[in-house]
Amino acid sequence: MKALILQFFRSLRQSFQDLLPIILVIAFFQLLILKQGVPQFGQILAGGLMVVIGLSLFVQGLQMALFPLGEEMAYSFVKKGNLWLLLIFSFTLGFGTTVAEPALIAIADEAAVIAAAGGVIADADKARDSYAIGLRLVVALAVGFALLVGVIRILKGWPVQYLIIGGYIGVVIMTFFAPKEIIGLAYDSGGVTTSTVTVPLVAALGIGLAKSIRGRDPMIDGFGLIAFASLTPMIFVMAYGMIF
Amino acid sequence: MMEALLHFGGTAIGLLRDVLPIAAILIGFQVLVLRRPIVNPARVFFGLLLVLVGLAFFLEGLELALFPLGRLMAEQLTSPSFVLGEGAVAIVQFAWTDYFWVYVFAASIGFATTIAEPALIAVSIKANQVSGGTITVNGLRFAVAIGVAFGVALGAFRIVSGTPLHWYIIAGYIVVIVQTVFAPKSIIPLAYDSGGVTTSTVTVPLVAALGLGLAETIPGRSALLDGFGLIAFASLFPIISVMAYAQISEWLTRRARNKLSSTEDST
Repeated sequence: MKALILQFFRSLRQSFQDLLPIILVIAFFQLLILKQGVPQFGQILAGGLMVVIGLSLFVQGLQMALFPLGEEMAYSFVKKGNLWLLLIFSFTLGFGTTVAEPALIAIADEAAVIAAAGGVIADADKARDSYAIGLRLVVALAVGFALLVGVIRILKGWPVQYLIIGGYIGVVIMTFFAPKEIIGLAYDSGGVTTSTVTVPLVAALGIGLAKSIRGRDPMIDGFGLIAFASLTPMIFVMAYGMIF
Repeated sequence: MMEALLHFGGTAIGLLRDVLPIAAILIGFQVLVLRRPIVNPARVFFGLLLVLVGLAFFLEGLELALFPLGRLMAEQLTSPSFVLGEGAVAIVQFAWTDYFWVYVFAASIGFATTIAEPALIAVSIKANQVSGGTITVNGLRFAVAIGVAFGVALGAFRIVSGTPLHWYIIAGYIVVIVQTVFAPKSIIPLAYDSGGVTTSTVTVPLVAALGLGLAETIPGRSALLDGFGLIAFASLFPIISVMAYAQISEWLTRRARNKLSSTEDST
C-alpha cells in the first residue's frame, strides 16, 4: 500500500512535468506577446491540478488494466488457434470502438453541414443526420478493416511499409477524383479515429500477438496496427464522398 | 460548485459511453468465445476504473483551465488588430510574414500539447519496454512533438497562403517513402504508428481552434474548407521526425564506434 502511494506521488511529479510545456507556452504568449493578464487564475490553477491528477491515474490504470488485458487477449487467441475468431475479434474491436467515438461524432456532424452548404445533400435535418451517420459507419468500417488487415499482416510477417506505401498511393490517386470539399475532412479523419483508450489496447494486442508467434519480432511486427487504423479512413471517406 | 459537479458527471458519463463498448467486446470475447476467465479480475477492474476516472479528471481540467485560454489566444493572435496593428478591423491586404507570431504559436502549442498527450505516453512506455530500453520514453515523445510542431506551423502557413492541402501531403508522403528505404528497419512500424497517436484529446481541440480562427479572418478562406487539414499535418510529420530521430541516433552510434576503432588502430 505504501509503495503504491509512493509510486503515485512519483507519477504525479512526472505528470506535472508533462503539463509544464503547455503552461509555459500559454504564459509566454499571454503575458509577453498579447500583453494581457491571466483571467480567472484560481480556476486555471484548479484545472491544472485536475489535469495532473487525471494523467497520473490514467497512466497507472494503463499499466494495471489496458496493457495486460490487450496482451492477454492476444495470447489466448494464439493458444486457441482459431484464425477466424481472431479476425472477427479484430474487426469488432476496430468497428465497435470507432463508431461511438465522440471526436468522430463531432466531425461527422460538421461534415454534414459542409455537404449541405455545398449542395451535395439537401439542407434538411433528416438529410444531414443520415449523411453524418453514414460517414460514421464508413469510418468505423474502415478502422475495423484496418485492424483485420493489420492482424493478418502480423500473422504472416509482411513488412509494414509495403502495405502503408500502397495505401498512400491509393490516397493520392483518390485525391484527384474525390470531390474537393471532402479532401480536407478525409485527411483529418485518419487522425481522429484513434482514441486515448483504443490506442494502448490496440498497441498491446499487436505486441502480444507478435510475442506469442514464433519468428515474429515485437518491435518490427508488433507495431503498425495504429498506422493502418489512421490510413484506411482517408480512403474510405473519399470513396464515400465520390459515391454521394 | 453544483454546476461544476454536474458538468464533471456529464464528462464521466460521456467517457463511460466511450469505454463501455470496448469493455463489452473484450469481456464478451474473453469469457463467452475464448471461455477463459480474466486473470486477476479485481486488479483489471480497478485499473479500468483508474483509466476512466483519470481521463475524466484530465478532460475536465483541460476544459476548465487550458482550452478556454488556448482558444481565446488562437482567436486573438489571428484577429486583424493583432496581425496588422491597432485599429485594423478587417484584413484586406497582407503578406504571409504578417503572421509570424501565429506560426510560432502553432509550433509551440503543437509541441506542448503533444508532450501531454496520454495516448503517446502509452505508446512510448510500450516502445521502451519492447525495445529493451534503446528507445527512451522521453526521446520518442520529444521526436514526435517536434514533428507535430513543424507540421502545425506548416499547416498554419498553408491556410495563410491558401495553397492546396494535397500537394503538401503528397510531398510529405514522398519524404516518408524515401526515409523508409534508408531508416533502420526496426523503427519503421513505430514511426508509422506515431502519426496516429499524436492527435487526440489534447492536441485536436487547440489545433482545430487555431485553424478555424485563421480561416475565418483571412479573406478568401472558408472556415469550412480551409479550417480542416491541420490535423492531417500533425499526423504526417511525426512519421518523418521519428524516422529522422532513429537515423540520427544510428548515425551517431556508428560515428562513435568508428572513432573508437580508429583510436584502437593507432595505438
